[in-house]
Amino acid sequence: MPGAGATLTAGPAGGPPAGRAGADPLGRLRRLADLRNLSLVGVLAVLIAVGGFTKPDEFLSTDNLQLVLTQASVIGVVTVGVTFVITSGGIDLSVGAMVALASVWATTVATQDYGLGGILLCAVLVGLGCGLVNGVLIAYGGMVPFIATLAMLASARGLALQISDGRTQVVTVDPVLDLGLPDAYVLGIPPLVLIFAAVTVLGWLVLNRTTFGRRTVAIGGNAEAARLAGIDVRRQRLMLYLLSGLCCGVAAFMLIVLTGSGQNTNGNLYELDAIAAAIIGGTLLSGGRGTITGSVLGVLVFTTITNLFALNNLQSDVQQIAKGAIIVAAVLVQKGRSTP
Amino acid sequence: MRDAKSSATSRRNLLLGTAAAGALFAAGCTSNENNDSDGSSKPAANTSDDKPGKEVTIGFAGPQADHGWLNAINEQAKRRAKEYQDVTLEATEGSNDTAQQIGQIETLINKKVDVLVILPADGKALTQVGLKAMRAGIPVVNLDRVFASPQAYRCWIGGDNYGMGLNAGHYIGEQLKDKKNAKVLELAGIDNLELTRQRTKGFDDALKNYPNIEKVGRQAAEFTVESGQAKMAQLLQAHSGFDALWNHDDDQGVGAERAIKQAGRDDFLMVGGAGAKHAMDAIKADNTVLKATVLYPPTMAASAIDLARALGQGKGVGGLAELEIPASLTLYSAVVTKDNVDQYLPTGFS
Repeated sequence: MPGAGATLTAGPAGGPPAGRAGADPLGRLRRLADLRNLSLVGVLAVLIAVGGFTKPDEFLSTDNLQLVLTQASVIGVVTVGVTFVITSGGIDLSVGAMVALASVWATTVATQDYGLGGILLCAVLVGLGCGLVNGVLIAYGGMVPFIATLAMLASARGLALQISDGRTQVVTVDPVLDLGLPDAYVLGIPPLVLIFAAVTVLGWLVLNRTTFGRRTVAIGGNAEAARLAGIDVRRQRLMLYLLSGLCCGVAAFMLIVLTGSGQNTNGNLYELDAIAAAIIGGTLLSGGRGTITGSVLGVLVFTTITNLFALNNLQSDVQQIAKGAIIVAAVLVQKGRSTP
Repeated sequence: MRDAKSSATSRRNLLLGTAAAGALFAAGCTSNENNDSDGSSKPAANTSDDKPGKEVTIGFAGPQADHGWLNAINEQAKRRAKEYQDVTLEATEGSNDTAQQIGQIETLINKKVDVLVILPADGKALTQVGLKAMRAGIPVVNLDRVFASPQAYRCWIGGDNYGMGLNAGHYIGEQLKDKKNAKVLELAGIDNLELTRQRTKGFDDALKNYPNIEKVGRQAAEFTVESGQAKMAQLLQAHSGFDALWNHDDDQGVGAERAIKQAGRDDFLMVGGAGAKHAMDAIKADNTVLKATVLYPPTMAASAIDLARALGQGKGVGGLAELEIPASLTLYSAVVTKDNVDQYLPTGFS
C-alpha cells in the first residue's frame, strides 16, 4: 500500500477507486471521510451512547460537549503536527517537552510585559526554534529521528525546568486569561476549540490537497524513490519538524490560556498520546499513509473516555486500562481492514 | 556505629574543656556519655542552639525541584544551612531518578560527610543506600518519604499525610455540620503514591464523624497545573451541586481554580493542601472559593538541617529534656484560614 500509488493519490489512500472528483457525490463523501475511520466513528458512537445511557443529564449537556472539545483541543493540535511527521516516516518524541518549554518561556515575567501578543509570539517562536533544531539534526545531520527528538525531549524539559526554577508561573495578563472564560465563546464555541478546528482543517487541506502534502506521503512511502522523483527530501523533512514545532508552540499557548499558567510539567506524555491517537486514527507508523481526520477522531475517543470515566466517578487506573484496550482494539480492527 | 561516633564527640568536648557537668546529669543519667555543657544554668544544657559549635558537614540529597513544594524543600535546606557558621552543606543535584539518587548519595558517603539528609525519590527503593550510609558511620536524617527499614536512618522528620486529610475533613465537617445531605468532592494527588492514599484515608475517617456529609466524587490528578485543570473541569461537570471540595495540592490547585472560574462556579467552599503562597494570598483576599489550606510545611527541610547539625554535634533538641534528638518527628498539618493566615504567610512557597 505505501508504494508508488501513495505518492499519487492525494489523501486517504485505500478508499474504493471511485471516479474523478465530482462524478459520484457519495464516493467523494466516502473518500473524504476515509473508510478506515469508520471503526473509530463506531467506537466514538458507542462511547457517546454509553455516556448518554449512564449520565444522560450531564454527558449530553452543552457544557460537557464544550468541555470534551476544549480538553481535546490542546493535544489535538499537537497530534495534527505529529501526524505529518509520522506520515513522512519520522517520529517526534519531543512534542510534550516542546509544549512545556514554550509554555514556560512564554509565561516568564519578561514576556508578560508584552501582553497577549508577546506571549503568543514567544510560544510560537520557541516551538519553531525547537522544531528547527530537530529538523536540522535529522534532515541535514543525518540523525535518526527517534534519537534526535529524544535528545530534544530531555534538553527542552531541562531548559523548561531551569527557566521556571521549578515554579508554576502564573499568568497575569488579562486578555490571555479571558480567552479561556465563557465570555470569550464565539457562538457557544470556546476559542480554543475554534483554534483546534482551524488547525484540523488546515492540516487536512495541506496533507490532502497540496504538493507539500503529497511530498510528505511520498517520502514516507519511499524516501529514495521520492528523491529520484526530484523531491528535495532534506528540505521537506526540515519543514515537517518545523511544522510539528509550530503546532507545539500553538498548543503551548492554548495550554497557557486553559490553565492560566506555565509549568515545566506541562505536556506530560503528550508524545505518547499524540502518537497513539495518530496510529489508531490510521496513520502508518512506518510512514506513507496519514490521515488528519483519523488522528482527530483518535484524540476525541481518548478525551471522551476520560470524560465518561470521570462523570461515572471511576479512578485513573481503570481509565488507563481502558485506554490500552481501546488502542489494541482499534489497531486490530484496522489491521483486519487493511490486509486483504 | 553511631554510639562510637557520639562518644568520640563527647570525648572531644571534654577535651575542649566544657567539663562542668550539670547536677542533673551527674545524678540521674545512666547511659550518659554526652555530658558536656555550654556553661548555661538550664538543666538540659546539651541542646543545640544558634551559637557556633563543632564544624559539621551535612550531605543533602534532595528531590528534583519540578514542583513548587519540592523546590521549596531544596531552598529551605540551603537557606537554613547558610545561617549556621559551623555547617557546610554538600548538596547534590536534585533527582527523581532512583538510580541517579543512589549514585549521588554514594558520592556523599565517599566524601565522608558527617551527617546525611535524604529526601528519597522513593523511600522503599533507597533503603539500601540509607543502610549503607548508616553502616559507614554516617547518621541519616530521613526527610519526609520514609525508608522501608528503621535501620536505614537515625531520625525521620516529615509531614503528616493522614493528619492532612483528617484536618481537611474536620474543617469541612465543621463548616457543613448544620447542612442536611451535604456533598463533598475530593481532588486527590498522584494515586500510586502512598501519601495520596493516606491523605484520602484521613479525609474519609474525619468525614465519618459527620453523618450528614457524603463524599460523592473523587478524581486523582497528577500534582500538575494541567492535570488539576483537566480533572477539576470533569468533576465540576459530573457534579452540578456540591458543598465542599478538598484538593490535595496547591500546585494542581492553580489549575483547579482555573477550571472553577471557567465553569463560573462559586457555590461551594474549597480547601487546599500544602500551603503555597498563592493559596494563602487567595485565602487572605477571600474573593475565591478557596477558604482554607492544610499545611504540609516545606520548613521541614530547614528543621532537618537543624536536626542534622545537632546530630553532628552530639546534642539534643532545645526545649526538650532529651539528651539525643528524637528518632522521629511528625509535623502538624495546621489548617490555614482567613483568621490565622498572617501567621503562616511567611512559610508560603511559590
